[in-house]
Amino acid sequence: MKTAVCIKQVVTRDWPLRPAESATWVRDDDASFEMNEPDAYALEEALRLKERHGGEVVVCSAGPARISQVIREALARGADRAIHVESDALSAAGADAVAAALAAAMQDESFDLVLTGLQSDDQGFGQTGVVLAERLGLPHATIIMEVDIAADGAGLRVKRELESGWFQWVAMPLPALLTIQSGINQLRYATLRGIMAAKRKEIRTVPLDGVASQGQRILELYVPEKTSATRFIDGSAPEAARELVRLLREEARVL
Amino acid sequence: MTLVIAEQRGGVLNPATWETLAAAQQMNAPVTAAVVGARVQDTAAELAAADVAEVLAVEHEALEPYTPDGFVAALAQVVEATGPERVLFPHTYQTRDHAPALAARLGRVLIPDCIGSKDRDGQRVFVRPMFQGKFVADVLPEGPAPHFASFQIGAYRADACVRGAAAATVREVAVQLDAAAIRQRPEAPFKEAKQAVDLTQAERIVAVGRGIKGQEHLPLAQELAKVLDAELAASRPICDSGWLPMDRQIGSSGQTVAPKLYLAVGISGAIQHLVGMKGARTIVAVNKDADAPIFEVADYGIVGDLFEVVPAIVAALDGD
Repeated sequence: MKTAVCIKQVVTRDWPLRPAESATWVRDDDASFEMNEPDAYALEEALRLKERHGGEVVVCSAGPARISQVIREALARGADRAIHVESDALSAAGADAVAAALAAAMQDESFDLVLTGLQSDDQGFGQTGVVLAERLGLPHATIIMEVDIAADGAGLRVKRELESGWFQWVAMPLPALLTIQSGINQLRYATLRGIMAAKRKEIRTVPLDGVASQGQRILELYVPEKTSATRFIDGSAPEAARELVRLLREEARVL
Repeated sequence: MTLVIAEQRGGVLNPATWETLAAAQQMNAPVTAAVVGARVQDTAAELAAADVAEVLAVEHEALEPYTPDGFVAALAQVVEATGPERVLFPHTYQTRDHAPALAARLGRVLIPDCIGSKDRDGQRVFVRPMFQGKFVADVLPEGPAPHFASFQIGAYRADACVRGAAAATVREVAVQLDAAAIRQRPEAPFKEAKQAVDLTQAERIVAVGRGIKGQEHLPLAQELAKVLDAELAASRPICDSGWLPMDRQIGSSGQTVAPKLYLAVGISGAIQHLVGMKGARTIVAVNKDADAPIFEVADYGIVGDLFEVVPAIVAALDGD
């Protein structure tokens, strides 16, 4: 089975981000980056499916040169090769432009299965996978917690998460696209051997001629206005703790 | 015209639909609601109570049960037949499953998970969180109408939806669907075996998030829960990592709770978590980042290192 995993590089979760001078994006030129965590679960699921059913796992990623960091990491964790759609214009692109760029590069590969994370930690559009399925003409299912490939390899059965603790099994023919829910599996990390092996793995770079229409534009990005009436308790940890306990007893009366 | 796509399952209207109708009513354009399924007359009649121009009942046997292929095909026809300026959805799991594909099929983009909409220099913009709620952005849809957006659950109040003086007209809209072209074959929804822990009954809850850093630090939170006689719970990433079982998860994919006291330790407060606990009577947050969204809902906040603050709270509770 030939499986594609789409991976995005995002600013490290704890990086102290501030809006850029343009106020339409964040200041990320000196930021550190990491693999979008939901995509790591999609990668892990692809590796586990390969262990069970054989085949290859191909990392597909769209963005500027810096994203080779997360591509290498995915290869070190066990992916076989990678496709990098490279363009600086994709560095802050929305889901539609990214899906268009990926679809063009993935079209001729004839993947049996395409996996993406549920959403990205930066823009959080949560739709690159669904739009990619539409562009590749594949059936899709979202928020997947379990993947069963049929014995004859013609289809699959997946467990979708619904709201409020409900689930549902959905059957589909292959090829298909799935967006993977975080927590579907336990992540593995790269071994030293994996890191060494990754150096010899193929990364095919695909140039991009122009970015598709974004369909939307950020006019301004800003820190949300504080509306809460949080009472902040200052002082050293013991002082703050004592004051908190006093307030919970005497004011909130919850102790 | 603003077209609102209602959500129903088995004839029961998802209440988030009223919130999206409320958002639509504030956009200075006539509002039409559409409800899609195999038998939607009852939900259409229910929607007709809202102050809307009309309600579209989109019925076809192939639309029950829900599939993304069926809904994209049907809604594409409804949008093309009615020519709205914009199409709005409640941002549910079902919307996330099909609305982006619908927009893409019509050559458009869905602006998802919006918390508001406003007029900005004469243009209708949509306001949505970015970077896990650390920022919000004013987003302008570009290109020709219709534009597509979905609204976060709870961003508008359902009771803000204005009711009409008389029931709106319900109009049936026929769609052509080929059941054989629907590729997904869904089975009946189910719940996992009864959850071992029912957090909804807890009077006090101590919840931990990523700030706890490692499973080996969990005893710190367990100790706090013990002295408070509270249940221990967690945000999604903690359960994803397997540090606590999934049935201790609070949030949109876990349990929704409203205890007397909710003490959030090292939880930044992603919206998926907030929807599960913001109904708590008293919320306390301990976090190292003063800008963390959890402080938007907290009554009391301590900005600091939880590895110092939590033992100090335990000591303060023990010390009397």
